[in-house]
Amino acid sequence: MTATAEPEVGRARLRKEDARLITGRTRWTDNISLPGMLHLAIVRSPVAHARIVRVDTVAARDKPGVVAVFTGADLAAEQGSLPCAWPVTEDMKAPPHPAIAVDTVNFAGEAVAVVVARSAYAAADALEAIEVDYEDLPVVLDMEAALAEGADLVHPDLGTNRSALWVFDSADAGTGGNVEDAIGSAEVVVKRRFRQQRLIPAFMEPRSVVVDPTGEQLVIWSATQIPHVLRVMLALTLSIPEHKLRVIAPDVGGGFGGKLQVTPEEVVTLLCARRLGKPVKYTESRTDSLQSAHHGRDQIQDITIAATRDGRVTGLRVDLLADMGAYLGLVTPGVPILGAFMYNAIYKIPAYRFACTNVFTNKMYTDAYRGAGRPEATFAIERIMDELAVELGMDPLELRRKNWITHEEFPFTTVAGLVYDSGNYEAATDRAVELFDYAGLRREQQQRRQRGDVVQLGIGISTYTEMCGLAPSRVLGALSYGAGGWEYASIRMLPTGKVEVITGSSPHGQGHETAWSQIIADRLGVPFDDVEVLHGDTQISHKGMDTYGSRSLTVGAIAALQAADKVIEKARRIAAHMLECDEGDLDFSAGSFTVRGTQSSKSIQEIALATFAAHDLPDGVEASLDSDATFDPENFSFPHGTHLCAAEVDTETGHVRLRSYVAVDDVGKVINPMIVDGQVHGGLAQGIAQALYEEAVHDENGTLLTSTMADYLLPSAADLPKFITDRTETPATSNPLGVKGVGEAGTIASTPAVVNAVLDAVRHLGVTDIEMPCTPRRVWTAVHGVADHAPDAPGPGGGLGSLDSTQAQGGNQ
Amino acid sequence: MIPAKFDYLAPFTVDEAIRALADGGDDAKVLAGGQSLLPVLRLRMATPPLLVDLGRIGELRGVREEAGALVIGAMTTHYDVQHDPLIREHAHLLALTTATVADPQIRHRGTFGGSLAHADPAGDLGAAVVALDAQMVIAGMDGERTVPASEFFVDLFTTALWPGELLVSVRIPKLTGWGAHYEKLHRTAQAWSILGVAAAVRMDGGSIAEARVGLANLGATPVRARGVEQALVGGPATADAIKAAAAHAADGVEPLVDGNADAGYRRHLAKVLTGRAVASAAGVG
Amino acid sequence: MLLVHYLRERLGKTGTVVGCDTSNCGACTVHLDGHSVKACSVLAVQADGHEVTTIEGLARDGQLHPVQRAFQENHALQCGFCTPGMIMQAIDLLADNPEPDEHAVRDGLEGNLCRCTGYQNIVQAVLDAARQMSPGAGPDRERRGSARAPDGAPATPTASTVGGGE
Repeated sequence: MTATAEPEVGRARLRKEDARLITGRTRWTDNISLPGMLHLAIVRSPVAHARIVRVDTVAARDKPGVVAVFTGADLAAEQGSLPCAWPVTEDMKAPPHPAIAVDTVNFAGEAVAVVVARSAYAAADALEAIEVDYEDLPVVLDMEAALAEGADLVHPDLGTNRSALWVFDSADAGTGGNVEDAIGSAEVVVKRRFRQQRLIPAFMEPRSVVVDPTGEQLVIWSATQIPHVLRVMLALTLSIPEHKLRVIAPDVGGGFGGKLQVTPEEVVTLLCARRLGKPVKYTESRTDSLQSAHHGRDQIQDITIAATRDGRVTGLRVDLLADMGAYLGLVTPGVPILGAFMYNAIYKIPAYRFACTNVFTNKMYTDAYRGAGRPEATFAIERIMDELAVELGMDPLELRRKNWITHEEFPFTTVAGLVYDSGNYEAATDRAVELFDYAGLRREQQQRRQRGDVVQLGIGISTYTEMCGLAPSRVLGALSYGAGGWEYASIRMLPTGKVEVITGSSPHGQGHETAWSQIIADRLGVPFDDVEVLHGDTQISHKGMDTYGSRSLTVGAIAALQAADKVIEKARRIAAHMLECDEGDLDFSAGSFTVRGTQSSKSIQEIALATFAAHDLPDGVEASLDSDATFDPENFSFPHGTHLCAAEVDTETGHVRLRSYVAVDDVGKVINPMIVDGQVHGGLAQGIAQALYEEAVHDENGTLLTSTMADYLLPSAADLPKFITDRTETPATSNPLGVKGVGEAGTIASTPAVVNAVLDAVRHLGVTDIEMPCTPRRVWTAVHGVADHAPDAPGPGGGLGSLDSTQAQGGNQ
Repeated sequence: MIPAKFDYLAPFTVDEAIRALADGGDDAKVLAGGQSLLPVLRLRMATPPLLVDLGRIGELRGVREEAGALVIGAMTTHYDVQHDPLIREHAHLLALTTATVADPQIRHRGTFGGSLAHADPAGDLGAAVVALDAQMVIAGMDGERTVPASEFFVDLFTTALWPGELLVSVRIPKLTGWGAHYEKLHRTAQAWSILGVAAAVRMDGGSIAEARVGLANLGATPVRARGVEQALVGGPATADAIKAAAAHAADGVEPLVDGNADAGYRRHLAKVLTGRAVASAAGVG
Repeated sequence: MLLVHYLRERLGKTGTVVGCDTSNCGACTVHLDGHSVKACSVLAVQADGHEVTTIEGLARDGQLHPVQRAFQENHALQCGFCTPGMIMQAIDLLADNPEPDEHAVRDGLEGNLCRCTGYQNIVQAVLDAARQMSPGAGPDRERRGSARAPDGAPATPTASTVGGGE
């Protein structure tokens, strides 16, 4: 009954979660089946902006198996407005956000009617019987056109398509100089416009929600990242007493920010279930998901960098246009603002100004997607550092070395006003250069250029940092965020010595159950397998802020650690009583209290049993070791690293192949290296996918053309290289474990590394920029000197999503 | 997503299938491997009242030799085409092309005839069958007729099959000992071809004695690049000669235009990929 | 009715999941007569009289299939949604090619999408499983697992093997 000999923290423990996942015993929301459960299907608007003239549901009601049909008008009185928790400015314009459209639709894919039927098949059949007449309104798609004088308006009642203008100026903030002066007096100025295409999180598990209204509480199962936030928000939005709501996130199949939302589908399913008094399930199709689960990115970035001839950056100005889409989701307006603190990145920049204009368009709203604001910022600064290096005729790595914060300079207050607590950019970069064979690849690049090879080689660099571990509540408050950033945990010591850890974080693939078990096993000195981690059910884990922003470990696990410390302190008193000594004479180590200088000891698991029996507790001591804690760090954490990418560009076809990829990340102290590597790999894949493959494309009417996986291209194993990963370890100072968070780092770092590599391969052919994704057509067009801004819309051939019904009829057999 | 309701028949013979289609009317659909049709039904882009499943018709499966040609049953799966020893020996181009169709699961289920009859311009197999001078054997109420591959493809998703007719087999002249290659450009491994080129050549010493070139997704239907073939035949198998011949790859074709490629880029790709396909087929570095 | 819906809703075999509408994601991969197929693109009635093996049918006598074990040991899954399909396809791949190199593994998994792992550890797991399953590395029956024998003979029936469609 003593602790493991080897510390759990730092060990590549195989995951506890896997046993159910590899045998098909997983509990996805869509697996839930309740007695009498009904199935909901949604009619979605095919048009992007229109007045709803008529919704005829009569025929649908008569279809077999149909229990009810509801329109927006039917639910208008109850549905309230979906919440936006981040009013970034006092004068931010925010339209009402109905879960189901009542009189107008503002994006293609918006819900306009629902069918509730006895089976999913019956519900799907009845959808087609619903007729909706629309009166078209002008469609607003382009952000710059949306801001022009006299532009058509997404929400005429707001009088403008501009939702907010958010500005940070280092001169005003007192964190740096005046950027206009810096640019005006600069020896070198480089100005670029970058486009962050619209992406779709595309978690593998489509969203699903089941609502059971038959008990005392309304019980909601949802494939969500945020069961706790969802409960609070549903209570506020729908005026349901919070204690009458129970939200359960069972096993959740990925999120990446895409399930950080209070969704229309959750609200509508709840309203229908409540009205019908029966359990109702809604599970989206992939097309539903691609159309109406929130999108990400979608910014136009105008960035100006000023420098001296010898390569010292003197100023940075960033002007953003951020596409909100048609509504403001849970944190929509704040996503680009999170980037404000990251454009200066790892560099010592004396003057900085950031201005972001949030713009409404008739598209699905954008919101958090892996990195949320920080990938965009990192992309822009890392791309323009390469452009500046070209302008200066300097090696891009050398330019970075010249400007980055050196390891002696921490803690460092940045021009954006953040305090970077720790880091060692030199060490990470040196290691990456070594693993990459930087010099060798540069030589090969020269040879290929000289030979005029069809396939050219490029090297891309990204030396990134990011702010994560979202917390601190005070800072979030200062940014007008609607909630705090703390996290909650509790620990229950069971009579038999087993331990239950309850966490307010809500995992959906990250491996919390394993990592938290490792941390608590070490701290309490109990075996790894004696720890069970409970989460994702507001009845069990009643309090939490959930999982996003790489915050679970840096905030959530620390709360668990602090709860464990409280357990130990409670146990110490009882141990002293049992061992008949002073508390001060007890050492706690490897799970046991030992009277200093003796062999006399009691394990914490023995104390748990004695506490349960409660036959002989000291006076005034309650019969419980259970403890809880809430942690709210003083600062963000700042992972960093250096990523190097070698890309081969086929100049005859425009095809890009990644030849090698090295990622050296510093995520602070590592709890489980296997899980950390996995997070990095997955992050890299998503960042690379932005660079090369993914883009949500709309036609001129605002219809999403990439509404199937045949058209929205996710990379497969055959498209990605083997990644070489390594780490340096500079502990964070903002938490007792020294951890920094790893969920977003790979995604944040990789996109600019890839695009920089592609450009580096063809730079000598006169190419200065290629928009993302760097498709064969875009790359070839750039190499051959033709401007190309056309989106990669799916074509007539190849792909089911791009097939229209007449074509589908044409084929036979 | 969920398909609309339909009636389902699974006949055991071609005759039964043709009768079932005749009884089912013009909107009846033939279900072959279903790898294109079922997703279309799920997306409700088509809602046929009747599906006639050819899956239980044994005579439509398999590869045999007949009068100096290979006869491939329409319901032979991609997997079986890819691995069939006769095809590997006598129509290697087809095995190579089939190996690039979709993914392993779909190749287990999808069929040679089904894919051709679907006539997606980005389908890879069309390029191979036009290059190989295949003859498409079609059965209907009035018996069988045979249509050359070059006439089988009529337009986007449109073939010479009339409603009620079935593609029952494809007859492919043997090209034993020819070099072959299928070259395709696509955005991801899963994505359909932006352009594909099927090339087969018969070498005679250092020169090209015969050549066949077909292109997928250049135009609305698979294209036979006869200009390239003529330029190659009798010439040396050198990189320069092949490149010069490949310059004719898009002659006389109105290229498809889509988000992946405008006409100019697609024409360019046709030349580049044709050059590569022929060079590989000819074993030229 | 689609085979995947039949498995999930009629038979309660919810280990097989639906991730898309267009047979791109491969999350619904099962074995039909020993060959991997996407159960979203097969009608249940088409499986009538045939053998279907799902993720639930892989473990024998409480022992995980070597590919299942390799997925855990190599951390080849995070959220786990793609995992059943990925494992079923990996088994098919190894039946076709018992000694694949990395390139062959990547190509063989092109019909299965994963959004979490970047595929690195999945590829590693399949290579590892290939080593575990190679002759001499373990009991012969593990080698065949529920994948088809080289002659294409169907897999041995298992608890989750279903013969009927509707």
